[in-house]
Amino acid sequence: MRAQCATFDTPLTFASGFVLPAYQLMYETYGTLNADRSNAILICHALSGHHHVAGTYADQPKNIGWWDNMIGPGKPIDTDKFFVIGVNNLGGCHGSTGPSSIDPATGEPYGSSFPIVTVEDWVNAQVRLADRLGITQFAAIIGGSLGGMQAMQWSLSYPQRVRHVLAIATAPNLTTENIAFNDVARNAILTDPDFHGGDFYQFGVVPTRGLRLARMLGHITYLSDDAMAGKFGRGLRSGEYQFGYDIEFEVESYLRYQGDKFASYFDANTYLLMTKALDYFDPARHTGHNLARAFAKVEAKYLVVSFSSDWRFSPDRSREIVKALLHNKRDVSYAEIESRHGHDSFLMQNEQYFAVMRNYLNNVARKCSI
Amino acid sequence: MNTSIVQTRPDFAAIAAWIPQGASVLDLGCGDGALLGYLTNTRGVRGYGVEIDDHGILRCIERGVNVIQNNLESGLADFESGSFDFVILSQTLQATKHTEALMKEILRVGREGIVSFPNFGYWKNRLQVLLGKMPVSRDMPYQWYDTPNVHLCTLDDFENLCAHLDFTVLGRHVITAGEEINFMPNLRGSTAVYRFKRAD
Repeated sequence: MRAQCATFDTPLTFASGFVLPAYQLMYETYGTLNADRSNAILICHALSGHHHVAGTYADQPKNIGWWDNMIGPGKPIDTDKFFVIGVNNLGGCHGSTGPSSIDPATGEPYGSSFPIVTVEDWVNAQVRLADRLGITQFAAIIGGSLGGMQAMQWSLSYPQRVRHVLAIATAPNLTTENIAFNDVARNAILTDPDFHGGDFYQFGVVPTRGLRLARMLGHITYLSDDAMAGKFGRGLRSGEYQFGYDIEFEVESYLRYQGDKFASYFDANTYLLMTKALDYFDPARHTGHNLARAFAKVEAKYLVVSFSSDWRFSPDRSREIVKALLHNKRDVSYAEIESRHGHDSFLMQNEQYFAVMRNYLNNVARKCSI
Repeated sequence: MNTSIVQTRPDFAAIAAWIPQGASVLDLGCGDGALLGYLTNTRGVRGYGVEIDDHGILRCIERGVNVIQNNLESGLADFESGSFDFVILSQTLQATKHTEALMKEILRVGREGIVSFPNFGYWKNRLQVLLGKMPVSRDMPYQWYDTPNVHLCTLDDFENLCAHLDFTVLGRHVITAGEEINFMPNLRGSTAVYRFKRAD
């Protein structure tokens, strides 16, 4: 497989009022679209994800898709049955138009001039990709975390274009605490002297310190106390206290490694933008904070999945989604998976989780003529 | 396949007979979703199940039956008042801890309730108690020390609870080995199915 690029020349108006004259989306496809184009599944990525959801490229055997354990031939999201599409969101840093892309009007990277993007904007950008691929209705739209918000938004913005939504480890909006975490992460980036108000590209620097701090903080919140204790405990790298501020505890080593790795490839502006999209997502905002009313327009059937140890997107938040769907008498199933891996659980192999996904999608496949 | 379900679970046939075409149904402790699947296929119901067990959740999803993973003991807070025509509790009542509270919840969420349970007053159970042992049978296949059944009752006990809660019993089937029992049901019936609503 290889990444593809779709270019759109019709201006796109954002929720903020900003108009983007043209944009491109990077995407990948797996499996075969059937004759009546009824077996397409769209995968929505989370904060740091992208279009490369499964498999490897011929020339990059180690570059495995971020959801490869879930998507592929014979896997729960079975590419023998479904035509699966991975797409990089607008504002991303993996080839879709974003802050690090060149603004054709200036010949320079967009940087600080790239607008804040909302989940609704992403869906509006991607519906054009669906049109281009000839998909009038997705069999399913699937996403975890921020991707789950996007999957839900599809069923709100374009109710007729999606038959099933699989909303995993997600929430109808962020909690106050989550917004607070995001603000700390953003501040780490915004106050890095190398950030230059978002226009660091022209200075030939990268706000690495801010980005790695943001990632370290984020990473802690994606795990659980249990999972971290199990993985690192109070383990010391040298076995003895060194009475200094260098890396001593194993968990410090791990976090710094994760931070460094992330800061070496991820764009700081994209990180800011993704966290803001998370903060802004709130479909009940226009219905007097009544989610049931916001969900009245949903036509899709839902599978909602949460994880017991996920404290960033807790099971209670998933139940709010379930409740809104029940109120509207929509078909919905809800599974609460026992897992100790916190929010990251949605990316991990788990027998019950994978069986739930597989069983649900087998029924979705049965109703497509494949 | 539908027939075989009714043969293995005679209470299902009794329950199904009370459910009109197209009714909305909430099945509490729905297990593998067999009853909901049966009601969907034969009655075209709009149904949801509630189940706590992981394996049950998988089987329900496999069948294409709506299922919500939840613990009945923590209440039915996700379900709005009067949102279902029928709330069913099949062979689960005896295993609930807050039985009285759950009975009230059933008629908060549903216009009518349908409950089936093993009759502790069945003569074979009485005989085992008379012989000095807690009953173990096909309907109650557990030893006293590992049973989930913490609130076993007889037909008379259940009817007293309904009266105490101001519920009107609208119908009753008492079954032993698939046969309807009309004579001395509290002694001769092994399984009971009740249909009830709030007294007007």
